[in-house]
Amino acid sequence: MHSISVKELTLNFGAVSVLKDLNLDVAEGEFIVLLGPSGCGKSTLLNCLAGLLDITDGEIWIKGKNVTWAEPSERGIGMVFQSYALYPQMTVRGNLSFGLKNARMPQAEIDKRVARAAEILQIGPLLDRKPGALSGGQRQRVAIGRALVRDVDVFLFDEPLSNLDAKLRSELRVEIKRLHSRLNNTMVYVTHDQIEALTLADRIAVMRGGIIQQLDAPQVIYNRPANLFVAGFIGSPAMNFLHGATVDGGRRFEAGGIGLSLEGYEGGAVGARPEVVLGLRPEHLEIVPGAEEGRTIPAVVELDEPMGADSLVWLKAGGAQMSVRVPVERRMARGAAVHLRVDMTKASLFDAATEQRI
Amino acid sequence: MLYGTLFIVCIYYILPLWVMVMTSLKGMPEIRVGNIFAPPVEITFEPWVKAWSEACTGLNCDGLSRGFWNSVRILVPSVILSIAVASVNGYALVNWRFKGADVFFTILIFGSFIPYQVMLYPIVILLREMGIYGTLSGLVLVHTIFGMPILTLLFRNYFSSLPEELFKAARVDGAGFWAIYFRIMLPMSMPIFVVAVILQVTGIWNDFLFGVVFTKPDIYPMTVQLNNIVNSVQGVKEYNVNMAATLLTGLVPLTIYFISGKLFVRGIAAGAVKG
Repeated sequence: MHSISVKELTLNFGAVSVLKDLNLDVAEGEFIVLLGPSGCGKSTLLNCLAGLLDITDGEIWIKGKNVTWAEPSERGIGMVFQSYALYPQMTVRGNLSFGLKNARMPQAEIDKRVARAAEILQIGPLLDRKPGALSGGQRQRVAIGRALVRDVDVFLFDEPLSNLDAKLRSELRVEIKRLHSRLNNTMVYVTHDQIEALTLADRIAVMRGGIIQQLDAPQVIYNRPANLFVAGFIGSPAMNFLHGATVDGGRRFEAGGIGLSLEGYEGGAVGARPEVVLGLRPEHLEIVPGAEEGRTIPAVVELDEPMGADSLVWLKAGGAQMSVRVPVERRMARGAAVHLRVDMTKASLFDAATEQRI
Repeated sequence: MLYGTLFIVCIYYILPLWVMVMTSLKGMPEIRVGNIFAPPVEITFEPWVKAWSEACTGLNCDGLSRGFWNSVRILVPSVILSIAVASVNGYALVNWRFKGADVFFTILIFGSFIPYQVMLYPIVILLREMGIYGTLSGLVLVHTIFGMPILTLLFRNYFSSLPEELFKAARVDGAGFWAIYFRIMLPMSMPIFVVAVILQVTGIWNDFLFGVVFTKPDIYPMTVQLNNIVNSVQGVKEYNVNMAATLLTGLVPLTIYFISGKLFVRGIAAGAVKG
């Protein structure tokens, strides 16, 4: 049984179509991240799951129940918001117990659940404070606690870490992951931060324009992006793209006077195509001194950017700007003529017209 | 230079009040001397007492006190009712966007641009048909309805400045329409309620037109009675009593401003952030 099942979901705001025939199945205990640029519909989809937006067409099932038209509180979900959304006039304890009181739960049970949530999230000493007297990280813990006390199977996170500074963000990221492994419930997590997506997710759904572009494990999304959009969106620094053509019956790639053998490309025989895009991640290129027939691209160093653990070298190659990740000790002189060796087994090839992976 | 100008302007504004207070503390012989700016030689509170409990309008000679209590009986239910309805209106318009909400709001705002005078006679007929013409409840109803556009606008703008995620969180927490209104929205909206109370108290207290049109002499509000005292054409013009009566009438809105001035400014500013 799927924990969440979205069937043919469509949502229109007036004439604007925000989500189009969207299908998504989430397994029990799975951590799904909805990832995409702003305006891609990821938060909207989450609001539809929570029942905060009425959908135009389709069905939403949670835990084997059709909840398409159920009230948010009847769906068995807990939700954590970007702005924390704590009730300012209530204490932390009041915030945690508000939903339980609405459900007319006995006080003893409320106390028990609040105590458990406080223990898990280590917010026990804060229970009698007002949200205004808490730091950002503490507020977000309380917000997570509010979902926790509901004792539900599905957690929905709407960019929960976006309002925190970088250090707190990585701390809470680990904490959310720990929480997931402890509770083992289903989580749907919306973010525009690919690091969060890659570190947290069992599967990532990359969205654009209300459509899921690719839904797969983080490693697959990273190494085998399904289309040009996903390839360009995931990865920092971004993937290098070379526009060219496949010739020789698909055995060679040619662009701007450079030729590369496609031997070893995992897509197999690609056939001759007039317009393709070759995608190469910066860490799958290597700077070598001499040319090797069919395996290297001549390049000129423009700039190097030391980034601490490693260094990023920007070069001009094949008429395009490319970046290569190298060990930080390796300093490159500006204007130096070098060669880039391509690891074709890790490359991605896209059709320029359809933007789909070949 | 700046302070000099301000000082002169202040004097200019305070002078009428000064004249009123001084005159109200003088006896009639002293007033006839004609020196209106001079402080009283002999301070007397006689005019104040007379204005409050003895001044005559028509056949009634129990002073302004009757009008005062009439005004209170009009004011309290009108203020409570209009603010209660308007705040729920604003809340529903912002958070529970029902079908036709925009049309509803447009009509409401449009209503506030129509001059009151145009609607007087139709309302008289409506109230007569409802059987509450000339009663206090009729006037309360009229005040409630006419307070609706501006108050709804005020509350709508304030509620839309509150984070929407709070409302969503409360819905996930299983709170319904009224639970969210009373437990979440209301405690966060005290400043705007203060603003609304001030607007309504001063507006309704100072109302003359509705009071004179929709009530009858027994239950005239204070303003109407004041007018009748001051404009009575029989006998000697008792300037000191008139001044005292006017000051008494103006005392209620003044008090409200003084005790809530700070909250008022804060509330207006809070509501103005987002339209």
